[in-house]
Amino acid sequence: MIDRDSPVTEDELHAYIDGMLPADRKAAIAAWLSDHPEQAALVASWRAQAEGIRARYGAVVEEPVPERLKLDQVLSRNRTNGRSWAAIAAAAAIVAFIVGGAAGWMARGASAAAPTGFDAFASEALDAYKLYVVEVRHPVEVPGSERVHMTQWLSKRLGEELRVPDLQTIGLKLVGGRLLPGSTGAAAFYMYENSSGERFTIYCAKADLPQSALRYVSEDKFAAFYWADDKIAYVVSGPANREQLETVTKVVYEQIDKSAARKL
Amino acid sequence: MATFRQNVEATIPALRRYARALTRDADTADDLVQDTLVRALRSEHLFHGGDVRSWLYTILTNLNRNRLRSLARRPALSPIEDNDAPDLAGPEAGGRDIERALATLVEDQRNALLLVVLEGLSYREVAEVQAVPIGTVMSRLARARVQIKNYLDGGRPALRRVK
Repeated sequence: MIDRDSPVTEDELHAYIDGMLPADRKAAIAAWLSDHPEQAALVASWRAQAEGIRARYGAVVEEPVPERLKLDQVLSRNRTNGRSWAAIAAAAAIVAFIVGGAAGWMARGASAAAPTGFDAFASEALDAYKLYVVEVRHPVEVPGSERVHMTQWLSKRLGEELRVPDLQTIGLKLVGGRLLPGSTGAAAFYMYENSSGERFTIYCAKADLPQSALRYVSEDKFAAFYWADDKIAYVVSGPANREQLETVTKVVYEQIDKSAARKL
Repeated sequence: MATFRQNVEATIPALRRYARALTRDADTADDLVQDTLVRALRSEHLFHGGDVRSWLYTILTNLNRNRLRSLARRPALSPIEDNDAPDLAGPEAGGRDIERALATLVEDQRNALLLVVLEGLSYREVAEVQAVPIGTVMSRLARARVQIKNYLDGGRPALRRVK
């Protein structure tokens, strides 16, 4: 579009109408455009687009902000969640127990029922994910800053040597962890967060499940990858974005796999 | 942390504007803003200085991406309007044309264009929001402008079919 030898680049033309040029350069380009009607017409069309967009949506900022978007509202809704947390947690735990317990019972009767137990396991993990990702005040019992303590504590409670994956390389910071009741005993739950606040969790518990490859389940807004290792089953949950979740899962899987290999 | 909250609060009208242009629907836009605010307040501890505004735009942009992806998995929910005849006249006409033109853009290009033109972010800030080099922002911007121009110049039916 712009001549190679021209002293003005196309980037500069964009910067010109976007008001991102220093004053002297701005004047130089204005002068150049007056000698180049074709480019001037192009720039005028871009400017008209920008004005059209501003005319269409600019007035939204003048509208009164709806009640539900006022920070007090957003905060108080979060606080309510905080207060009723214990009740929700209890309810979710009971549901997880019933679902998981029933699946365990069926699995006892028929070994072919393993997938059911597995799915129930994943659904417990997703329930926990849904319950705690929205939690503002108490998403975890032990903060990520106490990683060593948390690893020891959860390993002791599960009766298995656990490893809390380090996901810093993919921009995920450890928020912390907690202990949860699972259908087959205690379950460990770690939560991670990226810079835009998206949360990912790892749920793991001892499970009498056959070793399996990765499986994927998704619900409306959430999804999970899950697999069973030697004695432990793992569920990595996050927002329903398969590509992103797969990246996270791979890193988790590799780290767990590596630590398992070391033990052998 | 009053200043953090104040900064967030001051950005709400602009976030609504950006979300409205992204979603073309007032309710969906406000849902997106609400989710953004919840996430921002929840992640206040992750915010280590810098520009609150850019950070909020980043969150909103990412949430919208997730929204579009989950819509894409449900084909029934992305209908193409049938009554898409060109507008003949009237004060609303130009507005609706630009709205449709924006809808034909690839998501990253639309985000870049709106952040610059509507939200007044610098190229550097847009690069941060989109987590890409400035050169990529420039090419997204350039492509968006070419595409909109083609659309408005009457390339409508062909572009629609190409998607």
